[in-house]
Amino acid sequence: MNKIVFDAIVVGAGPAGNSAAYTMANAGLNVLQIERGEYSGSKNVQGAILYSDALEQMIPDFREEAPLERHIVEQRIWMMDDRGHTGMHHRSDDYNEDLPNRYTIIRAQFDKWFNRQVRDAGATVLYETTVTGLLRDPRGQVIGVQTDREGEGYYANVVVLAEGVNGLVGQRSGLRSELRPEDVALAVKEMHFLPQETIESRFNITGDEGVVIEAMGTITEGMIGTAFLYTNRESISIGIGCLVSELSRVGKGSPYQLLDRFKAHPSIRGLLEGSEMKEYAAHLIPEGGYRAIPELVGDGWICVGDAGHFVNAVHREGSNLAMTTGRLAAETIITLNQRGQACTKKALGAYRQRLDDSFVMKDMKKYKDVPRMLEKQGSTIMDTYPRLMNGAAQTWFRVDGRDKKTKENEIVKAAWHVRGLGLLGDAVKLARAWR
Amino acid sequence: MRIFVCIKQVPDSAQIRVHPVTNTIMRQGVPTIINPYDLFGLEEALRLRDSFGGTVTVLTMGPPMASESLRKALGYGADRGLLLTDRFFAGSDTLATSYALSRLIEKAAEEQGMPQIVFCGKQTIDGDTAQVGPGIAQRLGLSQLTYVSAIDEIDPDKGTITVRRRADHGVQVLTSRLPAMITMLEGSNQIRRGTQSDVLRAAQAKVTQWNAAAVGITDLSLCGLRGSPTVVKRVFAPAARSEKAEMIPAGGGGSATATALIDAIFKRQPALEEDLISAAGGY
Repeated sequence: MNKIVFDAIVVGAGPAGNSAAYTMANAGLNVLQIERGEYSGSKNVQGAILYSDALEQMIPDFREEAPLERHIVEQRIWMMDDRGHTGMHHRSDDYNEDLPNRYTIIRAQFDKWFNRQVRDAGATVLYETTVTGLLRDPRGQVIGVQTDREGEGYYANVVVLAEGVNGLVGQRSGLRSELRPEDVALAVKEMHFLPQETIESRFNITGDEGVVIEAMGTITEGMIGTAFLYTNRESISIGIGCLVSELSRVGKGSPYQLLDRFKAHPSIRGLLEGSEMKEYAAHLIPEGGYRAIPELVGDGWICVGDAGHFVNAVHREGSNLAMTTGRLAAETIITLNQRGQACTKKALGAYRQRLDDSFVMKDMKKYKDVPRMLEKQGSTIMDTYPRLMNGAAQTWFRVDGRDKKTKENEIVKAAWHVRGLGLLGDAVKLARAWR
Repeated sequence: MRIFVCIKQVPDSAQIRVHPVTNTIMRQGVPTIINPYDLFGLEEALRLRDSFGGTVTVLTMGPPMASESLRKALGYGADRGLLLTDRFFAGSDTLATSYALSRLIEKAAEEQGMPQIVFCGKQTIDGDTAQVGPGIAQRLGLSQLTYVSAIDEIDPDKGTITVRRRADHGVQVLTSRLPAMITMLEGSNQIRRGTQSDVLRAAQAKVTQWNAAAVGITDLSLCGLRGSPTVVKRVFAPAARSEKAEMIPAGGGGSATATALIDAIFKRQPALEEDLISAAGGY
């Protein structure tokens, strides 16, 4: 085989890999993208919400062609106890705008479309091919990849690791350590099909409008985790996830048992009634935050997306960080390529600067203490407060002949009884982690 | 050795979903695959090329997106892909399809020379007719070797081929003249995993596309819907059987289970019991 040296090899065809490959191919670089699935999206799992901005930066008119489900007009945030929920709903007709900000998507379709843009931009894409390791020259510079197919490997000036949360290539090549159970959540999800009209009447939406529910509380049995429910055109995505460390420590059932309980919860049951479950999936989510970000660049390699641990767990953002980091890595490489500079660790360091200047690192830094705080306060936040909040709401809304002052005292007493001075501490800790 | 392989792009039946409300097939987003039966022919072709040398050309007729299937075939190691695509071919039944494909084969043969073997799938998973291969053989005057489980011998000098063929009551060993049209039986081999250079070449290959005129088809009344005497009368989802399978627990030893099974059969088919008892009466 003639030794072709590509300008870049991208490992993986998820949002990060597709963004990197698209941006580089668009700039005229000779790009080889390698995906282990049968097609881009065949192995990719997400809730899934698409945040327009990150994609718009690359494909401003994506809405004309991309397979989108519903644009979000209503966000519900629920604190759940065993019998109900207390929450905040935000809905506005302003979200029925020309260029909506968020959409529900089905990743198998969306990624396939995105990857077609990558190919149309001129990248060479291989499927059903798993990268097994990195090729290095005697000085240690990465010069290509080896795959599970027979052959001597593929060569490039730089390898973009967009291989997802497990980061097996990086791990095997000693670029990063194994995932820590505290830094990764295991989420499960199901797709429930319902007629379009049923979804629209059940959620009070019309046309392409959609609703998102994010929930936390006793549904995770005191473990650190959240649940979600998203409306697609003709289906509902529902899922729940907890930190792996919590699942193994608390050992209160598997994620599937949690999901079954969530689906049977009085607040959820009716929304799914009569639906048919047709698909299910599980996925790891890197939720360790800023402190869990591994080394991002080295001689001849650069790391993007979930592989770089770019997830904002507080705001449920991930794919937009993946797309943005993919694009920023690509822009870094394009600049070096145009200057004829080698992709050394030092030269690729410009990527880090681009990240720091963008919302990506600013947000990652802002919430850097949240995982640690949760590690200590997890069950209080996931269990105690949701119970208190729902109890308080009931005390407040029931009309039972008792005067309001007594009710207020009762609510305060209940909180004091459970947490005491801890209340103050929790508030301070939360505020500090949030800062 | 010059070998042609006809393939068809079909929806991946494993991933087809039936719309829960309308009961129609949801085609949107259903991935397409190479008809699985065609892969046994492709692998056999690649093996013959590996031992005798020569080239393997993969041909298909379909919409422009069918070139993806050809690309995939190249990724397995085929040398060339040819796509016959034209809106005049839309709605072709097996008669019109075998006509168009035989024209495509003749056109390709003009450039490369006549193939010694044309492989076709035993049948497709979306049409299940098993008619296109024999239709091509008939039109091109090729020997027909269907349901072949193994190729025992090829004598290129004498121009003969010896194969094993599954027949109703056993295996036939047939020797035939080349050129031949062969459909391979499922399970006769397993498609290989293309090498790194195969998949790279496939990803970068330009698949040749020809339209009806390019392969010399002038009489369009032989093509597509107009050239297809087959009429689809009705499409329907079969009603689910009201009768559910009866589970017979496998406890109490083999003969007890067998007795329970026989009892269950006789309970439903009393006539069968009488027949068998009277038939066994003589012994």
